[in-house]
Amino acid sequence: MSLRAAQSIPVVIGVVIISFLLTRALPGDPAVYFAGAAADEASIAEIRIALGLDKPVIQQFFIYVGDLLQGDMGQSISSGQPVASDLANRLPASLELTLVALILSCGISIPLGILAATRPGTWVDHLCRVLVTAGVSLPTFFTGIVLIYLFYYLLGIAPSPIGRLDFISLDPDHVTGFYLIDAALIGDWETWLGAAKQLILPAITLALFTLAPIARMTRAAMLTALSSDFIRTARAAGLSNRKVLYVYAFRNALLPVITTLGMVFSFALGANVLVEKVFAWPGIGSYAVEALVVSDYAAVQGFVLAMALMFVALNLVIDLLYTVVDPRIGFVAK
Amino acid sequence: MTDISTQKTTRTQGKFDHLIYVLRENPVTLLAFIMFAFIILSALVGPAFVPYDPLETNASRALQAPSWKHWFGTDSVGRDVFSRVIVATRLDLSISVAAVALSFVIGSILGSIAGYWGGWLDSVLNRFLDTIMAFPLFVLAMGIVAALGNTIENIIYATAIINVPFYARLVRAEVNIRRDAGFVRAAKLAGNSDLRVLAMHIFPNALPPMMVQVSLNLGWAILNAAGLSFIGLGVRPPTPEWGIMVAEGANFIVSGEWWLAVFPGLWLMFAVFTFNLLGDGLRDLVDPRKRT
Repeated sequence: MSLRAAQSIPVVIGVVIISFLLTRALPGDPAVYFAGAAADEASIAEIRIALGLDKPVIQQFFIYVGDLLQGDMGQSISSGQPVASDLANRLPASLELTLVALILSCGISIPLGILAATRPGTWVDHLCRVLVTAGVSLPTFFTGIVLIYLFYYLLGIAPSPIGRLDFISLDPDHVTGFYLIDAALIGDWETWLGAAKQLILPAITLALFTLAPIARMTRAAMLTALSSDFIRTARAAGLSNRKVLYVYAFRNALLPVITTLGMVFSFALGANVLVEKVFAWPGIGSYAVEALVVSDYAAVQGFVLAMALMFVALNLVIDLLYTVVDPRIGFVAK
Repeated sequence: MTDISTQKTTRTQGKFDHLIYVLRENPVTLLAFIMFAFIILSALVGPAFVPYDPLETNASRALQAPSWKHWFGTDSVGRDVFSRVIVATRLDLSISVAAVALSFVIGSILGSIAGYWGGWLDSVLNRFLDTIMAFPLFVLAMGIVAALGNTIENIIYATAIINVPFYARLVRAEVNIRRDAGFVRAAKLAGNSDLRVLAMHIFPNALPPMMVQVSLNLGWAILNAAGLSFIGLGVRPPTPEWGIMVAEGANFIVSGEWWLAVFPGLWLMFAVFTFNLLGDGLRDLVDPRKRT
């Protein structure tokens, strides 16, 4: 297991190198940019020295890495705060949205995939196929807008799509930063309901987007598992249908499904940016979009780096999950 | 000589029959081809046939609901949404085609080199591709556009870069399994240089799976480009583009003017859906075993 963890080190180094290159590839001279519009030659030179831009690129890189190790991602121009603390403040909102969406989408797509695989050719199978092809063609931002139109404007059952809580309610005390958990901890069910209402539309939007690949992979993996010899043997041995399906077939089909989950998470992190913009969700995605609009490059690059590191960590977790699901996989043998 | 040419005609004949067979078996693929033709047509000649100038504003007809005069309604400054949606096809398609073509070329070159010569080149390339894939791809595209500058060309470069790994890996695998094949040794013995063998004898074998990838990728590329312009990168208003039109229309959806965002969004979906269907259809054509 430690071997697998070691394997992600080169990837982390690569990610840091790329994000360093991105910060140094700013259009024009970063010193001129950071000095502001009213700067003269002297103050630009001063800023250049202050930012370390007069040093060789290799040395700049090590300074950058040193800063990163201390958790310093630079200063955001628009908020005036360190980028790292801005991101940390907004991360729970994004994670809450992404996790709820993924749970929702797994809760629908995995049973759907299993049903489609066990009843090929029936309406469940066709429904699954239509959902899968339509689902991958859906632009997330468009789905979000259509949902707002249907549930907020036409039916009036959704609250106005702005933020995590409507303005009457107070934020629950900060424990985890997840409003649903925080509100439940202090037993404030009114706030909990309010937060859940705000959350449900963006979560559905994101879930619809991630539904397709999971359902497709579950169906394919279940079909492969169900047609294999050990299933025939298990059936011949007189095991109940339920046991064959869930203990024998599903356990074996789970591996490719988990692989797909990793890929889906990558999509979801990207789509998160769009969904947060549509629903004015105060997560790190909308933070990055706001930063882009005002050319706050330190904030954008900090966001890109944070997302990449999160994704590397997630892939590590998924690989470790493999060994739990399937004991035959050992990383020593690789 | 005659022997070879007859063989060739029967082979193309067989492929053609196979195409007809697949289309007849799977009407969805036929439908995908028709939809594809429609999109190409509206990109090529659409701007000449639209009823209104896509940039012409007219305050007296602002925010009109769809009618016979304005099929998709009009936007907040009185521009005809239908004309804008059709005219945008060319831009959206050009961005994604250019991006996919770039990643096709770069991916083919990188993948061929790594697959044919292997060794340290191969491991360096693999490390590099792993690093790109370690980023959530849309987020990396955002970062690249932010770093390079906010222009349409940079949207194309960013979309190309995030798609390169898919092509490079595919070509690498296809080239790698053939580098010691009999026909390759024969070609080398006949005096062909490594480069010529690679380009003329090995690489063409990778083309069929690449075509499937291209078709699926075009859909992603359109979604990606529209997503980037939705958050305000690349294309600038008042240029008609689907992502930006949805973004502009989003401000009006809460007050009930749905046509502003819905029609460009539907068109975008239609385009992506077409390329996805086409990709699945091509996959049936190229590799009948992988049918789902």
